[in-house]
Amino acid sequence: MNLVTNNKWIGQRTIRPDGMDKVTGRAQFAADTTMPGMIWGKVLRSPHPHARIRSIDTSKAEKLPGVKAVVTSKDIVDFPIEKGAVMLGIQDMRWMCRNVMARDKALFPGHPVAAVAATTEAIAEEACKLIEVDYEVLPWSIEIDDALKPDAPILHEFNKFDGKPSNIVGRLEHKKGDIEQGFKQADIVIERTFTTRPVHQGYIEPHACLISVAPDGKTTIWSSSQGQFMVRAMTAYLTGIPQSDIRAIPAEIGGGFGGKTIVYLEPLATLLAKKSGRPVKMVMTREEVMRATGPTSGSKSTVKVGATKDGRIVAAHGTFYLQAGAFPGSPIRGAAGCSFTPYDIPNLLSEGYDVCSNRSKVAAYRAPGAPIGAYAVECVLDEVAEALKMDPLDFRLKNAAREGTKAAHGPVFPRIGYVETVEAAKSSPHYAAPLGDGNGKLRGRGTASGFWFNAGGESSAQVNITEDGNVVVTTGHPDIGGSRAGIANICAELLGIDYRRVSVIIGDTQTVGFSNLTGGSRVLFASSMVVTQSTEKIIQTLRERAAKIWEIDPEAVKWENGAAHPASPNAGQFEPLTLEELAEKAPAMGGPIGAGVQLNTQGADGGFGTHVCDVEVDVDLGIARVIRYTAVQDVGRAIHPGYVEGQLQGGVAQGIGWALNEEYIYTKEGKVDNPGFLDYRMPVCSDLPMIDCIMVEIPNPKHPQGVKGVGEVPLVPVMAAVANAIYDALGKRFYALPMSPPKVVEMLEAPTRQAAE
Amino acid sequence: MAKVHVTTSINGEPMEFLCEPSDTMLDALRGPLALTGSKEGCASGDCGACSITIDDRLVCSCLMLAVESEGHEIRTIEGLAQGEKLHPLQQKFLEMAALQCGICTSGMLVASDALLRKNPDPTEEEVRFWLAGNLCRCTGYDKIVRAVMETAQELQNQEMRAH
Repeated sequence: MNLVTNNKWIGQRTIRPDGMDKVTGRAQFAADTTMPGMIWGKVLRSPHPHARIRSIDTSKAEKLPGVKAVVTSKDIVDFPIEKGAVMLGIQDMRWMCRNVMARDKALFPGHPVAAVAATTEAIAEEACKLIEVDYEVLPWSIEIDDALKPDAPILHEFNKFDGKPSNIVGRLEHKKGDIEQGFKQADIVIERTFTTRPVHQGYIEPHACLISVAPDGKTTIWSSSQGQFMVRAMTAYLTGIPQSDIRAIPAEIGGGFGGKTIVYLEPLATLLAKKSGRPVKMVMTREEVMRATGPTSGSKSTVKVGATKDGRIVAAHGTFYLQAGAFPGSPIRGAAGCSFTPYDIPNLLSEGYDVCSNRSKVAAYRAPGAPIGAYAVECVLDEVAEALKMDPLDFRLKNAAREGTKAAHGPVFPRIGYVETVEAAKSSPHYAAPLGDGNGKLRGRGTASGFWFNAGGESSAQVNITEDGNVVVTTGHPDIGGSRAGIANICAELLGIDYRRVSVIIGDTQTVGFSNLTGGSRVLFASSMVVTQSTEKIIQTLRERAAKIWEIDPEAVKWENGAAHPASPNAGQFEPLTLEELAEKAPAMGGPIGAGVQLNTQGADGGFGTHVCDVEVDVDLGIARVIRYTAVQDVGRAIHPGYVEGQLQGGVAQGIGWALNEEYIYTKEGKVDNPGFLDYRMPVCSDLPMIDCIMVEIPNPKHPQGVKGVGEVPLVPVMAAVANAIYDALGKRFYALPMSPPKVVEMLEAPTRQAAE
Repeated sequence: MAKVHVTTSINGEPMEFLCEPSDTMLDALRGPLALTGSKEGCASGDCGACSITIDDRLVCSCLMLAVESEGHEIRTIEGLAQGEKLHPLQQKFLEMAALQCGICTSGMLVASDALLRKNPDPTEEEVRFWLAGNLCRCTGYDKIVRAVMETAQELQNQEMRAH
């Protein structure tokens, strides 16, 4: 299954280009920079989940010594709702302008209502307290069921669903065949409803930025994000400064997972800097991150699956309600579009509903929506397999999507690797191993699969040969998972030189061409395409230069091992010309050597994974622990296996947190009650086992190196795999996440009620 | 209120700085001392990204007042390498891909170094519990734990060869 190659660098565990800076403390993240004359910005946030803003009086704050500027929604460019959508990628600027600063209404506790810049952070905080906001407090709802009640407070009065004002702000469906007919053919039908809680992306680096606006309007933004071009465009939209005047410099990013694909602080800091004439730094506290950024949706899903006695799924129906938070835009596309995709189901209806409620606007989180949907679908499939007395992996194999299967969301699959992931899971040492004795604790094993679309899209790269014959590659994507290491491997491979001679950097918005977000598992896929084409152009130039020197035809020159050689003895007898020699001769032979390529990349194939999870449940304490985990994934081609494994392992860890502990807890007043790492408990080192990875390599035929996106798939199956393992251990099934100790104890102590239901 | 003058030692160098009485050690490191390798992820002692040692004791610098460094020896990530020579843990983290975004890496390395000084031959469980105060959201900890254990093994082997 693995590729037979004679590659020197592709597939090697090289040292990442940014590694040295990160292990020595040199790397500059968003909050690590200062500018001369810098002052500090702070945000005043709504304490209410839902309130009309009657007026804001900033006069007292403005008079406080040390305060240099105050901004409110009046300073932000408005995108009137009635004028229709103004889209930037998947974000509608009508919602973005209201999310960065509340206009007529505050829609969640933590919603910004004003911002202040002052000479110290303490003065800025003090000034925020002096701003007087007259709120008309309104009824609110947070949970999906509450937001859908007939008398629920409506967040956006203009929005209608079924002709009535509603918090349902969007619906989509994917359909194939006829489910009514399909369910009639079924020998067994199982329908279940599941809920999940909102969970945060949990990046350790809070949002931060440092922004200078010169008197001529030239703006410099230093911030960490999943897209410096997104930062530039959104800031331009919301401040009115043209994009050509905004240089957005990408700092190292301390984790994003989708949560840094939109802006929060940059437009505010830009306006504060413009008003004050001073560079403004803003850094969120952890509490602000938890209250006002991300998280992903809480959800309510109903999944019905019908199968015949011989194990064929004949029909399935999924209904996925996802919390959008304050503004439209929950990831229903991922939930409805991915959840059934590993399977060839003739009759399918998959529906998503986007539901607004009074909590922070969702931000993307690793395969947005897909893990939520997969949790429901993969748990029901486990039940169906059990009812049919089939091994859960055999059941999946029997129904697996393959080359030629038409997915409900549209595409007919090319050669895909789903079947291979199930087969590899089945033949893994893990699946063959006995569960072992839990010494009083109950053990169980679960499996689950998952799919994510993966994205292509716009990328730019510039590859330059330095005067001493080395290489600098500039790309436009913030590196959140090791993409620079992958690009160095590829460029070195193509040029036939040591990877350490290739320096890969992330350009700012004014030095490299437009490159879309780091998201959708697209970065290595897309940027290696533009880097490959750039490098090929350079190799062509190098061959031409050698041909000129040798006075032969360029076609008679080949590039090999970092040097030009005569392609055959017929071409003549010449000593090879190395990259260094050709670089040295460049001024006399036609000038600098470099090439840039910009593409809207196509051909990103979706990715599939299958996971095996063992748990051990302490029935006295209700603590479920994952004791063994194997993640199998079709990774296309592992350009840098260490960082591909890293994606799998990191995704699994996040999923285990989502399954077992993480959740937003709200007070009776509608505020997040656990806005810190102590009470919002992400997995710590002692919670987890080693996470084994099996990388199946089915190369993507539409990519020069066979790359498929790998970053998001590994989160998709995890909650279901853990839930199925806990069911196997306890013989009782949870239909809600997280399966945290109090909930496990509750279930174990209520056996009769469970049976009665 | 007037600022407080503090005399301390940072990474083996005598150092003086001025701070507010309420400033944390992390504020002082990232502010007047310009040592931004220590990161602020939470300011509540839960993430460990600001881990430093004071007289060889591992602490979260966000939970320590800057004035408490008076007369003590502080070590930070910036002092882990000896000039151009990386600490074996730093080298191993690079070789074994034990970092992704890097925001936790400073704290992880400082904490791991503190562990190996105390316990040169830790079990996997000991590594996992020692590092339980250092959050990493990218790696799932797998490669970090392996890198620490392999470094310990190598240092042990070197020690044995030396005797």
